[in-house]
Amino acid sequence: MGELRLMKGNEAVAEAAIRAGCDGYFGYPITPQSEVMEYLMAEKPFERTGMVVLQAESEVAAINMLYGGAGTGKMVMTSSSSPGISLMQEGISYMAGAELPALIVNIVRGGPGLGTIQPSQADYFQAVKGGGHGDYKMLVLAPASVQEMCDHVKLGFDKAYQYRTPVMILSDGAIGQMMEKVVLFDQIPRRTDAEVIEQCPWASNGRPATRDHNIITSLDLDPAGQERVNLKLQAKYKLMEQNEVLYEEIQCEDAEYLFVAFGLSARICQKAIDLARAKGIKVGLFRPITLFPFPVIEVSNVGNHVKGILVVEMNAGQMIEDVKLSVGCKVKIEHFGRFGGIIPSPDEVVRALEQQIIGG
Amino acid sequence: MEDKFAKTEIHKPENIVYKKSDLMVDRPLSYCPGCGHGTAHRMLMEVLEEMNIQDKTIGVSPVGCSVLAYDFLNIDMLGAAHGRAPALATAIKRLWPDHFVFTYQGDGDLAAIGTAETIHACNRGENITIIFINNGIYGMTGGQMAPTTLPGMRSSTSPYGRDVPTMGHPLKITELVAQLPGVYYVTRQSVHTPNNVRKTKKAMRKAFELQKENRGVCFIEIVSNCNSGWKMTPVQSNKWMEENMFPFYQLGDIKVDGKLIEKKETVE
Repeated sequence: MGELRLMKGNEAVAEAAIRAGCDGYFGYPITPQSEVMEYLMAEKPFERTGMVVLQAESEVAAINMLYGGAGTGKMVMTSSSSPGISLMQEGISYMAGAELPALIVNIVRGGPGLGTIQPSQADYFQAVKGGGHGDYKMLVLAPASVQEMCDHVKLGFDKAYQYRTPVMILSDGAIGQMMEKVVLFDQIPRRTDAEVIEQCPWASNGRPATRDHNIITSLDLDPAGQERVNLKLQAKYKLMEQNEVLYEEIQCEDAEYLFVAFGLSARICQKAIDLARAKGIKVGLFRPITLFPFPVIEVSNVGNHVKGILVVEMNAGQMIEDVKLSVGCKVKIEHFGRFGGIIPSPDEVVRALEQQIIGG
Repeated sequence: MEDKFAKTEIHKPENIVYKKSDLMVDRPLSYCPGCGHGTAHRMLMEVLEEMNIQDKTIGVSPVGCSVLAYDFLNIDMLGAAHGRAPALATAIKRLWPDHFVFTYQGDGDLAAIGTAETIHACNRGENITIIFINNGIYGMTGGQMAPTTLPGMRSSTSPYGRDVPTMGHPLKITELVAQLPGVYYVTRQSVHTPNNVRKTKKAMRKAFELQKENRGVCFIEIVSNCNSGWKMTPVQSNKWMEENMFPFYQLGDIKVDGKLIEKKETVE
């Protein structure tokens, strides 16, 4: 068993990045995620593992530093919160187009605009449906605990390299700020330059006389060529849909009703389940862990055996669209959400279940 | 019949007096005839070849006319988003400190949309070389006004000439970055005559030699023509450049060994 510590979610992300063998972190301060870079700077990973940590002049610069670093094959990441992630969308689109592996952590806060610094899940659409321009997807992980904040960093890097794609951890200000115990995985050595060169034959890190030059770009002016790029990307996303779906079912075996929720909302639903079951309402929870690929078949299998589904989100109703597409229209599906930085209470959630689903 | 001028005959080492750098990909350039980009590319590749650092060099190309530079330069390259080349180069150099890293950017890329990345990479003193091609216009998108367009100069978005009160002043970003302590060597050159080409190549060599010593940013501006965008013949455009661009963008060293060079009054 690894080292046990009490940590903030943001700190767990930072410590996990060092331990995962990350080569470079590039970021810009924004609440509620600044602890990521603060922890890294205090921890001096440049001495611990040789990892580069750099405070960029903007989120725009930070994401393009990621593009540069990833294009050479190095393991790079950034973190930010909603307005900063909006600024990064152009760069993320370029990275998806150029097929570059990188990890982007979004500690979501309420929007739109400058919004609030309080937690929210209002960036679901942006993360899952593309966000930037062009037809692309990211693999999106939704941690619901500080432990998962840590574990998803390693998983995210693994998947980023496996599929040569940007991966996003879609968390929120509450999980980023809250402290929980976390079991840290052991240090994975950073790859040497020679290992990077060997493992990333596609990367631009200096052309030896033995091969052609490598070019990292998302540009192909020939429409037929650009269509081929798109088809390749779509095939990759199809493969992710087949192989990378992650989800959790809690008390679904005897459930007559179902909550579907991700991240922090799923934590709240766990408490709501206890309250509801004490009242004799048999309710379970389906928690998607990957938001893309979405657990389409899995949520449908559970959802089609209950009397009604309440999708609980800290937004105005975003994931509910994917739940409805997955489950179909035979089962009643309603949304309950609070937004603008308000975290719903378990009581509210149970009340919504009773009013919108059971009594509705 | 034996052909005395067969390719094999010409290519015999004893018959070759000057040849294209092996680091130039054997492919027609996408630039307009008369454009300075091709010469700048070639000088850059000759320098890398002479220093024998091509296997340790990573280049970053911009968005603009030279967006396809990676197709012509036979070294590992990355195509950046518009204006972001210095951000890419920053990360690349930090992650591969024993490699040589350069950006190759036009005036719209470097001095308009990428101003923040340019200033901050320079101010951090990144150990990179920035090659800045200034032709006072957006070439690829069809001749629009650039941050470096001269007062009164016509472009497709300043069809009656750049009106300074409403369109702003041309930006001398090279003089601006020269003020920053992270910048070690700044020079402004051109590639329109053999003599100027030699000077440009010498400046590029110096910049890469200094990069080896981790001296900070080396910044080379090349004032160039855009005969298509300026609506002139190549010969006319070079003459116009000498008469109009050079008085405003004076050629020569601006900062050497980390020290600013005293300059004569420039035309405003």
